[in-house]
Formats: sequence, structure tokens, C-alpha cells
Amino acid sequence: MKHDFSKLPEIFDRYPSAPESLIAVLQDIQKEYNFLPCHALEETAKRLGVPLSKVFSVSTFYNAFSLNPKGEKVIRICVGTTCHIRGSKQIQQQLENLLKIKAGETTEDGKFSIEVVACVGACAMAPVVAVNDEFHGGVTVANVKRLVKTNKKD
Amino acid sequence: MRIETISQLKDLRKTNLERMNKHPRTVLICCGPGCLANGAKKISDEFHKVIKDKKIKGFSVEALKETGCHGFCEQGPLVIIEPDGVFYTKVKVRDVEEIIETSIKKKEIVERLLYTNAADGKTYTDYKEIPFYKLQNRIALRNIGKIRQCDIDEYIAIGGYEAMAKALSKMKPQEVIDEVIASGLRGRGGGGFPTGRKWATCAKIDDEPRYVICNGDEGDPGAFMDRAIMEGDPHSVIEGMIIAAWAVGSHNGYIYVREEYPLAVVNLQKAIEQAQALGLLGENILGTGFDFDIHVSRGGGAFVCGESSALMLSVAGEVGEPRAKYIRSVQKGLFDKPTVLNNVESYANVPVIIAKGGKWFSSIGTAKSTGTKAFSLVGKVRNTGLIEVPMGTTLKQIIYDIGGGVIKDRPFKAVQTGGPSGGCLPEEKLDLSVDFDTLTQAGSMMGSGGMIVMDDRTCVVDVAKYFLQFLIDESCGKCVPCREGLYQLHALAVAVSEGRATEEDLDKMEKLSENIVIGSLCGLGKSGPNPFLSTIRYFRDEYLAHIRDKRCPAGVCRALITYKIDPEICNGCMACISACAHEAITGKKKEPHFINQDKCDKCGACYAVCQHNAIEVV
Repeated sequence: MKHDFSKLPEIFDRYPSAPESLIAVLQDIQKEYNFLPCHALEETAKRLGVPLSKVFSVSTFYNAFSLNPKGEKVIRICVGTTCHIRGSKQIQQQLENLLKIKAGETTEDGKFSIEVVACVGACAMAPVVAVNDEFHGGVTVANVKRLVKTNKKD
Repeated sequence: MRIETISQLKDLRKTNLERMNKHPRTVLICCGPGCLANGAKKISDEFHKVIKDKKIKGFSVEALKETGCHGFCEQGPLVIIEPDGVFYTKVKVRDVEEIIETSIKKKEIVERLLYTNAADGKTYTDYKEIPFYKLQNRIALRNIGKIRQCDIDEYIAIGGYEAMAKALSKMKPQEVIDEVIASGLRGRGGGGFPTGRKWATCAKIDDEPRYVICNGDEGDPGAFMDRAIMEGDPHSVIEGMIIAAWAVGSHNGYIYVREEYPLAVVNLQKAIEQAQALGLLGENILGTGFDFDIHVSRGGGAFVCGESSALMLSVAGEVGEPRAKYIRSVQKGLFDKPTVLNNVESYANVPVIIAKGGKWFSSIGTAKSTGTKAFSLVGKVRNTGLIEVPMGTTLKQIIYDIGGGVIKDRPFKAVQTGGPSGGCLPEEKLDLSVDFDTLTQAGSMMGSGGMIVMDDRTCVVDVAKYFLQFLIDESCGKCVPCREGLYQLHALAVAVSEGRATEEDLDKMEKLSENIVIGSLCGLGKSGPNPFLSTIRYFRDEYLAHIRDKRCPAGVCRALITYKIDPEICNGCMACISACAHEAITGKKKEPHFINQDKCDKCGACYAVCQHNAIEVV
């Protein structure tokens, strides 16, 4: 897949070119491309003056980073404690069955990714599912279907 | 405009207050995480649109306020009409017009949107009278839900930054520290270390520069108090940090926030910029000669980064692996320099302590745990939401008087506090007072404030398994007892949940837990076995039911349960058939359905959708 890397310099300019900017830079790259492209990691290493191995180490340590491309719509299932006891496991399964992918994977057409996240802090509305930045509270096995349907249409 | 002196701050307060009072009648629209998930933003947009169109005399969009979390999330989206505190619950976009016509134009009340207490059937107009609110005492959450979120003008209008002005102009750093020591404030992140003593140690260390960090990496699943504060009242945190910086002589601060809280990141950043623009952050604050600035550092979604040494490494752009604490982070913390690290809620308490005095603060709560504590009251409890109660309140008061008891009046089983490091307490412990020491003695802990209520349909083995899985995922892998020990403990818990374990396995688990506690490097491992230890301590029978009888009493552990349809009750509505992703259910419309056990993977989807209670778990 080809990516437009012309945005990279602008991202680098937002932070001081120092090792402590590493996480912030990677976060912005992740946001821009929905994952961390290999070339971007190499550029980051050069720019911040840190070994590529360390960039890789940080990229794989934190959950926020992904080395594989994510779908256009990332469906995040909250699996925090409250969501767990209110049935997030069932919702996860229903979603996996509906989209025919497992959590952490992306559909072949690149439309959807499923991810599990340990608590989004909307516990009072458990179980919670977020589609990109849009939160849905009190999700049930029954309305997951509708959620996927409406998002497929968009 | 930059505020150069303290009298200018006072003048600004007066102007802001006058501007605020120009609108005696205001509409507060809760935009906390819960209400937002239920469409609060659309409701707010509708209010703005209708008010603009209608042109009501003496009322304009300026009197509409999007606030932080008001607390009673279960009833959201919430709309409150001040000054009478008229409390509208479960508001929908289509209700907006009626609220405006009735409550704003005519100052009457839309009865059908009021809150009715399920326990006594009483309907309340003013939210302050509702038991959920009446029994609370809000100090850290004092402004949330009352002022516009992230609005420095309103924060100053209600007395914000005055405590900072007092500290910077009238108090020596040591006096600030003494006041915080006198208040008895203990770390609200869960550790419970006396905040004042931490500051005193840092101030004494002869090394520069010193750093002040705010831990906003609220990683405990089931807790969202800090999120509510950072989003709804970020200035209280900033003010607390400036006071801390003055006390310990620091000029650089960091707020470490989880990436999973995008709005918190945005609001904190915005609040910092507002404070910088007014000169409340930056060089020569209020003309006192004191310099201090704050940067936001976004976390990468690693639970272990809530641990102090890991967090500091993460701020420095490194992998967040904790180190052994032979030398404490107060001495060598961020960039190996003296560092004060406190939790969001701790900082939010500081301005009040400085304004009203440590003695006042210590008069609230218990002797050893002073003040109040915010909790996110969630799980199988009727009134879910964000609460703050004086230390020493009993679990029973919180769960039954404020929380309204268990949903659907099912039997109470346990309450989980302290997140993955905490534990589950059974019914006989409900009279315990909620404070740092009592909860620890009972085998749980205060933690950052998640309080998760569980009913008889929650399996404790499953809960222990859940937390252990979480900790395996989040263990940084640096030390063996945590990395391998928790892994094995989880494997044994899985064996219990699948009916494969023996009673000797339970002994093994207890022994292994002991070793993990002793051998682990940081708090994650040291407290990792707690979810198992507390459940085995209070719910051994349930473990034994899995082992001896191959039965999960709560009907949760898949390997031990079967879903069955009662043909007498089933009316053939087909809901379960369409919910089943495995085509395991057969049957015609209006005829009893049947589950094919060979195809059923026991996901429980059918059970969740059945409106007629025709499906049973055996």
C-alpha cells in the first residue's frame, strides 16, 4: 500500500527533536495513518536521534500503536470490569461473528477493525462500544446488529 | 489579557461574576461521558438551535452551559434548570422544545421528565433533594456539573485561582506543606501515601530542577472519576499543581493522561492555554516572581504506566517498565530529578485545602482517612454514576442509600473496589467503613475509586479470571514472578472455570499467589493475585462448586452451563433465532423453539434477547 508521507515533516515540527518526543510523535503518526508505517518509523528514528530498535520497542510496548493498518471504522469494545460483568464478552462475539473477523483484525475490504479496550471510562453506561470517536452506551446483543448495519451504510 | 497582580485577579473575578449573574436562569446540559454516550451533544445542539430561533426575552444561548459529568449517569442525558435545580432525566432531542416552552418561557415544570425514586416512588423536582445527591459531599468534584466545562472565566468567577494567589502571596512554601500535612490528605490514586509528607521530602532534596507530575493515567477498569475531573474541571487540577509546584520549588509540570480519554486531553490542553493567556501559568505568575508551566503528556494505553517509575519513563518517551524502588521517585524521578507525583483527585482537593485550611479538611472523614473520596459507582447497581462521599461512609450506605440497591432487586453478591489490584467484598462486609485502612484490612483496597457492584449472576471465578487476564496483558514482562506467575495463576483459574481443577489446585494457587506478592518488582505484580485471594477468602464455596459439582452457581462459566428453552413459556417470537450467530436455535413462528446443544457455543445471546424469560441456564 502506498502512503502519502508528505505530512511527516509537519508532525515532526510539532515537537522538539529530542528522544522524549518519541511517544507523542508516534501518537500523531498513528492518528494520521491509522497505523505506524515502516517508513514513518525509520524517519522518526532519524529525526529524533533514537535507534530504530528503540522506536520499534516503544511502538510494540504501548497498546495505542499498531503496526498493521486499521480499518476505516475502528469498532472498540470496552472490556473494562463493568462492561465485562454486564456482558461485553457476548457483544464481542456477536461483533466478531457479524464481521467475520476476530478482535485485533481488519475486514478484507478495509472497512472495519475490531479492537478491545480496557475501559473507556463510561462505565455507568456499560456495556459500551465506540465506533471511531462515537460512543454507544447500554449496547445489547440485539442492537449490535443494527449498529453494524448503519455503519456499513455510511 | 494578562493578569499581573493579585488585585487584578480579584477585579477579573468581580467582572466574571457579574457576567455570570446576568443570566439568573441557566440551563445546564450534562456532557459527561455517560450522557455523551446517550446523545447529550445532539440535545445541546438542539437547545442552541431552538433558543436562537425563538428569541426569548431575558434568555439567550449564553445561558446554556455544557457542563462536565453531573454524576447521575444512569438517568442521563441530564438537563438541569438553575437556580431551582429542576432535574430532567433521560432527556431526548424531541423534549427540548417542551422544556424551553415550559421551563424557560413559563418557569413551570415538565413533570414527566422528573426523577422518580424506584425505592419509595417519590418524584423529585430539585436534584439536591434526591437521595443520590443528598448523601454526598462534593469537594474534589465541587465544580463539575455546575460550571461550563473548561471555562476559565467561570472558574475564576466562583473563586478559582484564589487559593493559588493566597499560597503564592501570603504563604511560604513550608507553610503550604504544613497546611497539606495538617489536612491529612492521602494520595487519591489508591496508594494512600500522605501527600504533604511527599511534598516535604521532595522540597528538602538538594537537587534541581524539580518536577511536578499529575497522574491522569486512570487505568483501573471501572473507574472514571479522574476522567470526569480532567474533562469537567481541569482548572482545579492545574491550580492544585501550581500550589504543589510552589511548595516544592518546581518550575515544570506534566500531566500524564490516557489516550483513551481524548476529550480529557483536549480540555486539559485548552485549560492550560487559557491559564497561560491570563498569565496564571508561565513566567512571573501574578507578579510574584514565581515561574511554572505545565505540559500534557499522552499515555500510550499501558496500565503499568500508572505506576510511578513507569509513568515517569513514559513521560520521557521510553518504554514504561517499572524499576526497583531502592531510591524513591521523590528523590530520583523524571529525568532522574526529584519529582512529586500525585493523582488528579489529590490535586483537585489542594485548592480547597489551602482556601479553607487543613483543619477544616481533616474535620471531614475519619481520623486516619480525612476528607472525601470520589467513586464511580457502577455494575449491577440501580443508580450508576459518579459520587463523592466523606471517608468513613459504609459500603451499605453507598450501595443502598445512594446507589438504590441492586438492579432488578436481585440478591447482592459482592462489591469490587480497587480495580485489578483490589478485591471483592461479600455481603457480610457491607457495614465496613470506606477508608484506606479498613478496606486494606478486609483484603481489598481503596484504589482509585472504582466501585463495582455484583449480583448473583456474576461469577467470582470468572471475575478473578477476568482480572488475571487483564494483568497478564498489562504486565510489562520485566520481572518473572509477575510475568510467569500471573500467567500460571490464570491458567489454574481457567481450569477451575472449566471444571478441570482439583482442590489441590486451589492450594497451589494460594501458594503461588504468596510468591507473586513477595517476588514482584512493582505494585502491579505485588497486588496482582488480590482478585483471586479476596474471592477465595470470601467465596470458597463458589470455587468448590466449580471443582466438586462441576457447576457454576452464577450461570456464567461456559464449560459448565447449558442454555435451555422452556417450551411452556416460549411463545415462538423468533427473537433468539435471529440473535443466534451459530444457527443453533430452530423453530417456527408461534411455536416453541429448541436449542441444538451441538451447535450452541453458549454465548448467551439468546438469553440476553429473550423478553419472556423462557431461556434458562442450567
